[in-house]
Amino acid sequence: MTVEELGEIGDKERARQAKLEKRVLWCSAAGCVSCGGHKTRDALKKAVKQAGLEGKTEVVGTGCMGLCGRGPLVKVAPDETLYANVDEAAATRIVAEHVAQGAVVEDFRVDTTAPFFTAQKKIVLEDCGRIDAMRVEEYVAVGGYSALARAVCELTPEEVVEEIRKAGLRGRGGAGYPTGLKWAIAQKARAAQKYVVCNADEGDPGAFMDRSVLEGDPHRVLEGMAIAGYAIGASQGYIYVRAEYPLAIERLRLAIKQAEKLGLLGTRILDSGFDFRIDLRMGAGAFVCGEETALLRSIEGRRGRPRPRPPYPSEAGLYGLPTVINNVETLANVAPILTRGAAWFSSIGTAKSAGTKVFALAGKIRNTGLIEVPMGIPLRTIIYDIGGGPPEGAEFKAAQTGGPSGGCIPSQHLDLPVDYESLATVGSIMGSGGLIVMDSTSDMVDVAKFFMEFSMEESCGKCVPCRVGTKHLHTLLEKLAAGEGTAEDLALLEEMCVMVKETSLCGLGQAAPNPVLSTLRFFRGEYERRLQPSEHFQAGGGPERAGS
Amino acid sequence: MTAIDPAPVTRRPRVATAWLGGCSGCHMSFLDMDERLIELAGKIDLVYSPIADVKVFPADVDVTLVEGAVTNDENEHAARTIRRNSRFVVSFGDCATAGNVTAMRNRFTREELLQLAYVDLARGEIPTIPNDTTLAKLLVRARPLHEFVPVDAFLHGCPPSADEIWLAVSALVEGRKLELPAAYQRYG
Amino acid sequence: MAIVTLTIDGLAVSGRDDETLLSIARQHGVEIPTLCHLDGLTDVGACRLCLLEVEGSTRLLPACTAKPVEGMVVHTSTPKLQRYRRMIIEMLASEGNHHCAVCVSHEHCELQRLAGSVGLQSVRVPYLYPDKKLDATHPLFVMDHNRCVLCTRCVRVCHEVEGAHTWDVGFRGIKSEIVAGLRVPWGDVESCTSCGKCVSVCPTGALFAKGATVAAMEKRTAFVKYLVTARRSKEWVGDILEEGDE
Repeated sequence: MTVEELGEIGDKERARQAKLEKRVLWCSAAGCVSCGGHKTRDALKKAVKQAGLEGKTEVVGTGCMGLCGRGPLVKVAPDETLYANVDEAAATRIVAEHVAQGAVVEDFRVDTTAPFFTAQKKIVLEDCGRIDAMRVEEYVAVGGYSALARAVCELTPEEVVEEIRKAGLRGRGGAGYPTGLKWAIAQKARAAQKYVVCNADEGDPGAFMDRSVLEGDPHRVLEGMAIAGYAIGASQGYIYVRAEYPLAIERLRLAIKQAEKLGLLGTRILDSGFDFRIDLRMGAGAFVCGEETALLRSIEGRRGRPRPRPPYPSEAGLYGLPTVINNVETLANVAPILTRGAAWFSSIGTAKSAGTKVFALAGKIRNTGLIEVPMGIPLRTIIYDIGGGPPEGAEFKAAQTGGPSGGCIPSQHLDLPVDYESLATVGSIMGSGGLIVMDSTSDMVDVAKFFMEFSMEESCGKCVPCRVGTKHLHTLLEKLAAGEGTAEDLALLEEMCVMVKETSLCGLGQAAPNPVLSTLRFFRGEYERRLQPSEHFQAGGGPERAGS
Repeated sequence: MTAIDPAPVTRRPRVATAWLGGCSGCHMSFLDMDERLIELAGKIDLVYSPIADVKVFPADVDVTLVEGAVTNDENEHAARTIRRNSRFVVSFGDCATAGNVTAMRNRFTREELLQLAYVDLARGEIPTIPNDTTLAKLLVRARPLHEFVPVDAFLHGCPPSADEIWLAVSALVEGRKLELPAAYQRYG
Repeated sequence: MAIVTLTIDGLAVSGRDDETLLSIARQHGVEIPTLCHLDGLTDVGACRLCLLEVEGSTRLLPACTAKPVEGMVVHTSTPKLQRYRRMIIEMLASEGNHHCAVCVSHEHCELQRLAGSVGLQSVRVPYLYPDKKLDATHPLFVMDHNRCVLCTRCVRVCHEVEGAHTWDVGFRGIKSEIVAGLRVPWGDVESCTSCGKCVSVCPTGALFAKGATVAAMEKRTAFVKYLVTARRSKEWVGDILEEGDE
């Protein structure tokens, strides 16, 4: 495969699509599939056949269209009309009225001039909901793999790293480490073999950003990995994806096969001297395997337990060799940066947090779903404009970001710009992109307890503060939540939170107290008002008092 | 020892010792102070103790040494009374400080424990689990004293040695800060 | 390899840049408490007792794995570190069923010694009293999980020195447990050579010789460094018996 041949594939696909009068796109991401998407697809296909529109119209499964709370979603192209809650009857009507006769079915139409759509900025998700995730031709037709072509044919590895550095791309897995810097360290490291690893072990409760990208646009991630491989001098990549994402795995497998067949992965990629293979590794569901050193151990076939850093993986990673490990969303940003340039990318977002961030919007909010916003956007815009605010009768109380490693942001901080540094000032983190909105019915002590239970269950058990500390923190929270705690218990809770945060070995333990610390900071009254006087010490904690 | 000082007492210090869920070994060690007990008797009023015939824990006690873990509801009640009526409470020995041998039953449920003790391992008469309502009821777990009431100081050992008890009690009744030599700075 | 100079507790010291801060500190007479570390075994940085404060860094570094950097200013025993060490011992004491007074390692136990040295008076968190088992299926030795602190010294000595890899860690979080083979009774594991190294390096009374009575188990650990040095550099140096061993 040469660059010219790649261009021909794109031309051919575009010409094929141009011959069609309409394309009916149905969302084939897990959210819509779980609420009947396949029935909708079958109804669409049946209606197209009955109307005799085959040849003029095709029904295509795409990636996530974003408005997950109102699935199944269907879009009619080229006019880009979006329909929500499309059951079988609605699907039949859409084909009969809109596709066949050009009359929009107003009953199911979604107003795409609403802020939910206009306030977003799509880079990572730009192809999700537009292209068939199962066909590499469609990805190529929208410019896919042209960034890889530019890298291997026109740029030196150093130039690629420099472009990423100048773009200001930072790790989207949560910590926000500058991607270019990571790549530069690995590039400079001298070793016969280096690796690129894609962290697709998305594990925060309620988070599905990475899954959506993998399901809806797998080639974008493969392309990002191949560019990273070229930049650092690696010939092998691994995608570590959790086994609970069967659809993502299936599409990745297919995408890798397609890319290999076209010579976009494998040896002498695009007729250059660059070789790069990608293999999948399935995680068995341990949250801690999202921590990079544990993830690398798991790929090596060992028990997924973190080790102290330094050395960082860029110097000594997989099998002790230099390894760039990036999150799915980070890698999905790589191709657009190379295609459109670092200056374009860094013009989006803020000075220190360039680009966009994908969030999974959930909780007490009208529009739940997958959104992508420019960095620095006020939290208020996300919640009230894009999210539509809390439903009728509910009152906003807090937004939780960063899942079990993050914190709760109260209403007085709604105008906070959403970027790495600002979120940190209020005791939360950007995290991988979970954003849960809570209203006055949420009890903040219970929220803290829920996340602590998660961290306790997911602790690997290697270091003492996390293994035992999270257990005690959970017990203390149970006691406090049940109204059996004293001021001494609350003081101990705070003291232990700080200890676990400062002494734990890896990010899981270090961040586990954040939900408690942040709710203590903003909602201390909820802890204090249920304290018992000190002479009423209750030994042992809740369940034991009940006589179990 | 904690840094809490007992306030100076102008009258003869009122001292108590209590025996909760323990084997009485700590009290035996107390008695091992031997002739020093005579000296001690001249300095204090022993107002409550298993070795003194007093039925009700008195009010206004200056220092109470508590032996044993809190293992039944009677112990728990006693612990709270002791705390209320004592200015300075000392966990006396490993069972009071850490549960120790008394807490070794914690791996069993109460039902399993009673079955084991009174039926499975019983010999002779017809085995019966005592069920008189006047008997103390076991708590789910035996636990150290400080999990029920605030404790001001801890004497370690199973049992603490007579010398250690002497040093501690002398300091407390004289209103001195409790500072034990390094040899007693141990755990369990 | 290069020589770097740094400051440890106000003391100007130097060391090789491939050594750990723990090793450099100890060479200069600065004692840092450790539990999972054992001279001769790979360090895992798991117990967190040896955490240090480094000026200019907000993160605490484990002395057993951290390497020195030129000009580094290290503090090994600040009030904060002392407080954290005491809390970590509280965590360990509350996690198992130690019952020191009736333990085979009573008065020879590293956990007990550490508890004394950090000035632990009482454990402020509720004791967990877990339902842990005791494995007495091996003809010579016993594994009592009630007293295990999960330092993984047994796992490492068996894998790295004896080469048998009989031990590993099973489960996770608070349910973590040292397992023999693929979690079978120790006596059924064919890989075990009955060498007893795991018993010797165990810091508590979790691993002990059958027949040992209360306070009867005294462990010796210096042989590990002796063996490892001999194997690596073909030098048979150092003491097999350590100071304090009778």
